[in-house]
Amino acid sequence: MDFKLLQELNEERANRRAAILITDTASGKQRLVRHADSLSGDPLADELAKRFRSGKSGMVETEDGRELFLTVSVPPRRLVIIGAVHISQALVPMAEIAGFDVTVIDPRTAFATPDRFPERFLKADWPEDALKDVPLDAFTALVAVTHDPKIDDFPLKTALEAGCFYVGALGSRKTHGKRLDRLKEAGVSDEALSRIDAPIGLDIGAASPAEIAVAVLGSVIKALRKGPEGG
Amino acid sequence: MAETVSRDTLDPLKIAEDWTKAGRKVALATVVETWGSAPRPVGSHLVIDQEGDFEGSVSGGCVEGAVVAEALEVLETGKPTMLEFGVADETAWRVGLSCGGRIRVFVEPVA
Repeated sequence: MDFKLLQELNEERANRRAAILITDTASGKQRLVRHADSLSGDPLADELAKRFRSGKSGMVETEDGRELFLTVSVPPRRLVIIGAVHISQALVPMAEIAGFDVTVIDPRTAFATPDRFPERFLKADWPEDALKDVPLDAFTALVAVTHDPKIDDFPLKTALEAGCFYVGALGSRKTHGKRLDRLKEAGVSDEALSRIDAPIGLDIGAASPAEIAVAVLGSVIKALRKGPEGG
Repeated sequence: MAETVSRDTLDPLKIAEDWTKAGRKVALATVVETWGSAPRPVGSHLVIDQEGDFEGSVSGGCVEGAVVAEALEVLETGKPTMLEFGVADETAWRVGLSCGGRIRVFVEPVA
């Protein structure tokens, strides 16, 4: 492996950016594709897009019979939950079992207590401050469940700007309508706003907080595995 | 070199970079295909230097010795190679995987 390519790959990994190293296993020739690179015109575009989603390394055979190995490097998926509420108490263990790095942010110290959540998940701070330690990115899902605009609006706007692979917000259609008006006023485009999953979660008729957590986690995984269109 | 174990000290690609920077000759081995029950998934790395020191893994310890030997060869020639390991009785001279799986390992020099 070219040492410069190795350094570039490690640089992407250190900054929580996905990259794929493509190795021709016969010649040893390699190239690096960054997640931010445009894939249009790349002969492997479809394969690369699929691999960026799945995060799985593997061998690919080209039409002319060459064997290419794709070393796929994606950062660990994160779930940032705004609101240390009842739903979150169910969502945290479920998401952790599903393999996410989970963070719960809530400035209300009555909610964000170590009695209610293991401390390693908890940031009892305003999102404006807490998100400095867990910067949002394309490999992070953000779920806002306080339905308090003072707490939810900033992280929602930040998540849309950061290109989080999933952005969801709890609240009735009416609550969400008002939220859209506020965010639009704050300069968020209609296109970005349409990416917010609201009412939050898969439509499975979830009633209890734990069931809503299942619905939310289902939506997050769907966005992760099937892409933004949810295909 | 005894440091506490951290994410970096367990990351073969980072180690490959650090060792190369420190002037060591480094080869990288990568599991590129697996069949049946294989101990380490596709994409797992073993990093080897010219002294035969290594970090990481491509199996549960069954074939690392053979990979290290091949890696020293790769460092000599500067040419990548593909290795295949199967069950022990498949070919008498090969090192086997006791789990019964089969793996292919790509070994390349870092330069």
